[in-house]
Amino acid sequence: MTENGIGAAVRRKEDHRFITGKGQYVDDINRPNQLYAVILRSPLAHGKIKSLETDAAKAAPGVVAVFTGADMAAAGVGGLPCGWGITSSDGSPMAEPGHPPLAVDVVHHVGDQVAVVLAETKAAARDAVELIEVDYDDLPAVASLDAAGAEGAPLVWDDAPGNICFDWEIGDAAATDAAFAKAAQVVSIDIVNNRLIANAMEPRAAIGDYDSGKDEYTLFTTSQNPHVIRMLMGAFVLGIPEHKLRVVSPDVGGGFGSKIFHYAEEAIVTWASKQVDRPVKWTADRSESFISDAHGRDHVSHAELALSEDGEFLGLRVDTRANLGAYLSTFGPAVPTILYATLLAGTYKTPAIHARVRGMFTHTVPVDAYRGAGRPEASYLLERLVDRAAKVTGIDPIELRRRNFIKPDEFPYQTPVALEYDIGDYDAAVDKALELADYDNFAQRREESASRGKLRGVGIATYIEACGIAPSNVAGALGARAGLYEAGTVRVNPTGSVSVFTGSHSHGQGHETTFAQLVTEALGVDFDNVSIVHGDTAKVPFGMGTYGSRSAAVGGVALMNALEKIRTKSRKIAAHLLEASAEDIEFKDGKLTVVGTDRSVAFGDVAMAAYVPHNYPLDTLEPGLEETAFYDPKNFTFPAGCHICEVEIDPDTGVVDVVSFTAADDFGRIINPMIVEGQVHGGVTQGIGQALYEQCVYDDSGQLLSGSMMDYCLPRADNLPNFAVTTNVTPCTHNVLGVKGCGEAGAIGTPPAVINAVVNALSEYKIDDMPMPATPERVWQAIQSATN
Amino acid sequence: MYEFNYHRPTSLEDVSEILAANDEAKILAGGMTLLPTMKMRLAQPSDLVDLSAIDGLSDISDTGDAIEIGAMVRHADVAGSDIVQNAIPALAELANSIGDAQVRNRGTLGGSIANSDPASDYPAAVLGLDAVIKTNKREIAADDYFKGLFETALEANELVVSVKFPKPKKAAYAKFPNPASRYAVVGVMVAETDSGLRVAVTGAGACAYRATEIEAALGKSFSTDALAGISMDAADLNDDLHASSEYRAHLIGVMAGRAVSTLGG
Amino acid sequence: MTTKVSFTLNGEAVSAEVDSRTLLVEMIRENLGKTGTHVGCDTSQCGACVIHLDGRSVKSCTMLAVQAEGADVATIEGVATNGKLHPMQEAFREHHGLQCGYCTPGMIMSSLDLVKQNPDPDEKQIREWLEGNLCRCTGYQNIVRAVKAGAQAMRADD
Repeated sequence: MTENGIGAAVRRKEDHRFITGKGQYVDDINRPNQLYAVILRSPLAHGKIKSLETDAAKAAPGVVAVFTGADMAAAGVGGLPCGWGITSSDGSPMAEPGHPPLAVDVVHHVGDQVAVVLAETKAAARDAVELIEVDYDDLPAVASLDAAGAEGAPLVWDDAPGNICFDWEIGDAAATDAAFAKAAQVVSIDIVNNRLIANAMEPRAAIGDYDSGKDEYTLFTTSQNPHVIRMLMGAFVLGIPEHKLRVVSPDVGGGFGSKIFHYAEEAIVTWASKQVDRPVKWTADRSESFISDAHGRDHVSHAELALSEDGEFLGLRVDTRANLGAYLSTFGPAVPTILYATLLAGTYKTPAIHARVRGMFTHTVPVDAYRGAGRPEASYLLERLVDRAAKVTGIDPIELRRRNFIKPDEFPYQTPVALEYDIGDYDAAVDKALELADYDNFAQRREESASRGKLRGVGIATYIEACGIAPSNVAGALGARAGLYEAGTVRVNPTGSVSVFTGSHSHGQGHETTFAQLVTEALGVDFDNVSIVHGDTAKVPFGMGTYGSRSAAVGGVALMNALEKIRTKSRKIAAHLLEASAEDIEFKDGKLTVVGTDRSVAFGDVAMAAYVPHNYPLDTLEPGLEETAFYDPKNFTFPAGCHICEVEIDPDTGVVDVVSFTAADDFGRIINPMIVEGQVHGGVTQGIGQALYEQCVYDDSGQLLSGSMMDYCLPRADNLPNFAVTTNVTPCTHNVLGVKGCGEAGAIGTPPAVINAVVNALSEYKIDDMPMPATPERVWQAIQSATN
Repeated sequence: MYEFNYHRPTSLEDVSEILAANDEAKILAGGMTLLPTMKMRLAQPSDLVDLSAIDGLSDISDTGDAIEIGAMVRHADVAGSDIVQNAIPALAELANSIGDAQVRNRGTLGGSIANSDPASDYPAAVLGLDAVIKTNKREIAADDYFKGLFETALEANELVVSVKFPKPKKAAYAKFPNPASRYAVVGVMVAETDSGLRVAVTGAGACAYRATEIEAALGKSFSTDALAGISMDAADLNDDLHASSEYRAHLIGVMAGRAVSTLGG
Repeated sequence: MTTKVSFTLNGEAVSAEVDSRTLLVEMIRENLGKTGTHVGCDTSQCGACVIHLDGRSVKSCTMLAVQAEGADVATIEGVATNGKLHPMQEAFREHHGLQCGYCTPGMIMSSLDLVKQNPDPDEKQIREWLEGNLCRCTGYQNIVRAVKAGAQAMRADD
């Protein structure tokens, strides 16, 4: 292994600035002469704006301007676009309502943007917002899937009857029916996947800075993908050509999906900055984040599994309703369809699968990707269903899973729901997890817990995810309105140091370290002589950003391809310097050597020759040493694994404690095990959060009840045990790094493992269902119902 | 928050004067409840009267049969006080369970009980330990102090100066925290005091109150078994996202039992 | 109503003319330009804004700037001395106790207060102490390791 190369647990380059308070997040940036924007938001879930009076606000001290939806519409500002189109099974396109950055006439959810005040201070802007008088007609609202689907329910959009955005299907319905017809047993389950709010620790922020001298715009924004924002906002909303719009995402304090999307505030500050010819800064309060960041999950499903006599899975039928919120967020429609139903095969060779998914509008905040995005919903449904099947058939849950796994010699494996898995070894992951979890001795631990009056349970889940999204042509055929490649540029500087420009964006993932490890591995350049630049459309090549565990599998591979070009050119330069043929040059450990001789030249000297080309093959080779590669993957990658959870329940209060958690994951080849382990810890914690603590709750009128961290419960240090984490490697077969991605796995495998453990702990009460989150009261109520 | 005038008087007389002159003035102690409320623009005081510069509000003293704690004593100082730990360990433990470390470093006893937040911990101690609230005007018995939701016996221009906690024979506090906010969903203080057995409940109702059924049962037999047959009436209890009134009613029994069990019952 | 507020920040006398409603964290970030102290919530839950006030950790989003008059205020920027990282900072780096870095300054400031009171905290004590500091990235495991290691290194330094 190269020191600090692939596989080394290198400490992170980026840490120094963060531990010394020198990180530069958007809210840390102040532009000369900037104004502060505060947005007036709708207090109603559904209302008609009868009148909107801004004169008093405009006259308030410190206020420079107030803008409304009518102002933006009059200026020709477009709506926020949706980046993924879904076609219903009858061939009709999804309903795609307009989404103006500031509402015009009608507000559609609590938190919908109504007006913006620009003032000299944030306090002045806040004071003035309260002076805007809005007279609403309070209209009836639907805040849940059940309410939206009810007979005669109020419509969110007139052109979406039944509040249905799309009614989509995947798989073979007839084959699935046939499988059920011959089934020895059918097991069914009703599943709710609870609505979540990402709550990255850094609230969203945006600064629009228009330069009237150059007629150019800069947007600083808390985004996971600045180029995507530039494309969407420039082309669809504000009509600014790319060369006049720079989008910068500096240090970003976590995203988990919620910072992928193009948000109204980005367009508002950018547009407003030109109107007043001053920079305009907006920073969300956390309370504002709760009602304006896209939410996640929120599915209601019914699923049935057909089994043979001996527990072989014959068919799976799923009917899911997915809450999309009031408007379509950037990738909202893709999450419950392409990113969800295609994963319903899981790790199993179920031959016939059919899923119907209805995307529904409600008067709630738009719903979009949140860590895992669709895949946690699939995994939770499937693994709860399999556990129930184990109970019904009397087959041990691990044995039942093993009996149905796709075996290592069956890859590549074409699932009945579009995907082709390239490689995996699910039994191996289970073996590792069982051993690490000391599963065999669970009974003793259960007894020990019982002696303390506690109920102990163990739960297992396997999962698979499709990551590294994906071949652009495949995604396009599935409705993507953008490409899904990644780009990387390697600039070798004249003295041999290296600057990398990547389209991936790090907001906690540690790219500045792992990507530098790739450079060190490929070029033998000292780790400290590599820097990674990301997050600025003026600097990095056009890239699609970071989400869906794609940075290593797509961005990393793009970088490897660029590095390979550097290696090739370097060999040519070295061949000239050493008077040999390029084919005879070996590039290893930072040295280029004529094979079989001691004649060599250091990589630094090659770089110098490229930039000071006095002795250089100018007739055949350009000077300089800089290469760019765009990489469009051949397939998704398929991380998979096995998670085992043990819980202890206090039957008196219903409190569930996770007492141990084990993850055995197959992420393919690993670049930095320390960082990978950290990603697993974080993902598992968010999974435990979904299973036990977090829930976004609206009342029937569409008011958000869990609208602050006082009520939306995030996992804390004292809620959690230490996790036991291991990996099992089957390298991805179709990228040069063999990597699959690790960012979301924890959030995908964990919820079913936790709930299976809770249900297992409650088995003496014959409880076989427990909704997420398994709050103390829910658990206590379940015990009450079972005992009374 | 809205604008206000800030005052930092150095005497209680000056506080009274400012309060008398400004109807909409509010007292600022630790600010752990008031400032978040003002940040949300849910309160709009014209004036804030900061008590931090007034001498004599931050002492903890042992008066023989009681300990007296100044209104501006921070939770962390109650929790860490040798005097409190020796005389009423349950009170130190209760203080150490409030909020988080940083809240305990700012929040004060006086601020907590003056606000009478239904979910705060101190009211259970004040009521359960039969404390006496000393104000700038008078002394108020705990039983007469908590009046309702965010409502106390304090009159306009009256502020808490200290609280006198009689030393109990034994006392224990058990709390079921809200998992998100860490406030008390239900907290129960069980104490054997000179004035008899007292059981005070916070978190469950509009304000802290004594659970007389539990007191009666424990009076007959101080044991967890004595609680077995008691079912609390859920009718007037709080009901929210985190706990229904029915669940709270149940938790009162469980927390009381835990406190009793701590005391060897 | 504006007031002149003066205090000591990381050992240096500072002052600013602020609105009485200015929060301490706003004065530190906006008026004094020290942006290492972050704001992650508005309900005193997250702890991204933890600083030291007269040697104790407090949430600077739940204090008025005027309440810090005359106080000794310390922020993350003052933790390293003469360009040398503090052992607690080193420990966070060494044990991968941070990912996005947003909660990190508050975590470090909170942990330093813990170690001051309890030089050898065990894992349970660390987890309980950190209940006022939210992290959404790490799952806390490596933060807990870092605090334990940082405390150990601080004891060794004494």
